[in-house]
Amino acid sequence: MPFAVQFVSPEKVLFEAEAEMVVCRTTDGEIAFLPGHVPFVGALGIAKVRVLVADSNEVVAAVHGGFVEVANDRVTVLSDIAELSDQIDTKRAGRAKEAAAQKLANDPTDADASDALARAELRLEVAGATASATR
Amino acid sequence: MAGGQERILKRRIASVQSTKKITRAMELIAASRIVKAQQAVHAAVPYSECITEVVRDLGAASGAVNSPLLKPRDEIRRVAIVLFTADRGLCGAYNSSVIRATEGALREHRDLGRGEAVVIVGRKAEGYFRYRGFDPEASFTGFTDRPTYEDARMIGREVTRGFVAGNYDAVELIYTRFVSAGTQEVVRRPLVPLEQEVIEGGDARPGTDTVGPSYEFEPSAEAILDSLLPRYIDARIYAALLNAAASEHASRQRAMKSATDNADELITNLTRVMNRARQDSITTEIMEIVSGAEALRSDNSEENATVDSTNGASS
Repeated sequence: MPFAVQFVSPEKVLFEAEAEMVVCRTTDGEIAFLPGHVPFVGALGIAKVRVLVADSNEVVAAVHGGFVEVANDRVTVLSDIAELSDQIDTKRAGRAKEAAAQKLANDPTDADASDALARAELRLEVAGATASATR
Repeated sequence: MAGGQERILKRRIASVQSTKKITRAMELIAASRIVKAQQAVHAAVPYSECITEVVRDLGAASGAVNSPLLKPRDEIRRVAIVLFTADRGLCGAYNSSVIRATEGALREHRDLGRGEAVVIVGRKAEGYFRYRGFDPEASFTGFTDRPTYEDARMIGREVTRGFVAGNYDAVELIYTRFVSAGTQEVVRRPLVPLEQEVIEGGDARPGTDTVGPSYEFEPSAEAILDSLLPRYIDARIYAALLNAAASEHASRQRAMKSATDNADELITNLTRVMNRARQDSITTEIMEIVSGAEALRSDNSEENATVDSTNGASS
């Protein structure tokens, strides 16, 4: 029995599908949702979210913080920035990663840089995951 | 003499015509932007609905919430007003009606003995308040016709910081709500402290049992609420920004349409005056020629009457 999944950013609804399972990582650790999950609200870390779509496809998205709400067999991911794997510009993410790594090397306490590094790495990881999956 | 007037009129018509071209272009641009801005307003709805729902669920689950953003202060000494105007003019009464509403709200707070603070969005309001020696708390300009969420976050951060630091005890928004392309209204909405009814009423969605679902939270309801509320505020500000942008384009389109219509009317009238002036000058010229010829003929006929009567008649 599939349930509804929605990725919502402030600017628009990014993604909507019927899914079998959703796996994401909250600030406390990984968690998977199946249909019939108890109502749940969690704060998401900078991590990837995997959605097993009903027709056995897997959709991977990079989610940079935000929230996940589960209620009434409906998963809603609220995030300022969420990117589906095919929307990610790997070249740009690669450059961002280098820039952030450099900044961090100069100043290891720079929180912005470490966040940027985490985001860039996540983007590359998510984009790489589908690149290998399609091959 | 008469030809000079005609030339002046011709020049005026040409200048009105080129103005008309500009207003017409602005009208078309604004019209195409309305559609985009309207779509942006609609696209932002799901997020703000979802986040409102989560805030409600959290409020219902964690019972008494003691986030500073939720608690109304016992004494309201100073109120901050965030007003949303445009960066540019040429949009009818759009800017002035928002400013007028703000002046009204400020007067109201002053009458209640509260101090006031103004957070400005849009160059027009900045100009207005600075000119009057009003020092705004903060001002944000340069993005009103195409706001992004990043802009909303900037404003949200400033407002939240000021509120938590105790610079002001309440924040209100004044912006133009986009009802439809034909109707926009200036509205005044409280922002923080968040209204209790937003929090109360918990999870009243149909389909759940009467007891209400017991939520699980990770990490904890309080921690989530703490990071959720600023985002809720950002979303509210973002919605206001988008509404204001759509309204701005709609107002500009209407203003430019009437400007174009007025230019048309002006051109018609001026052309009429010009034609009359030309006709007048032609009539005068003919009169002069006729009377000149008449005078000549009468002169000639007097002189030549005895010499050659056929010549005088033919000339």
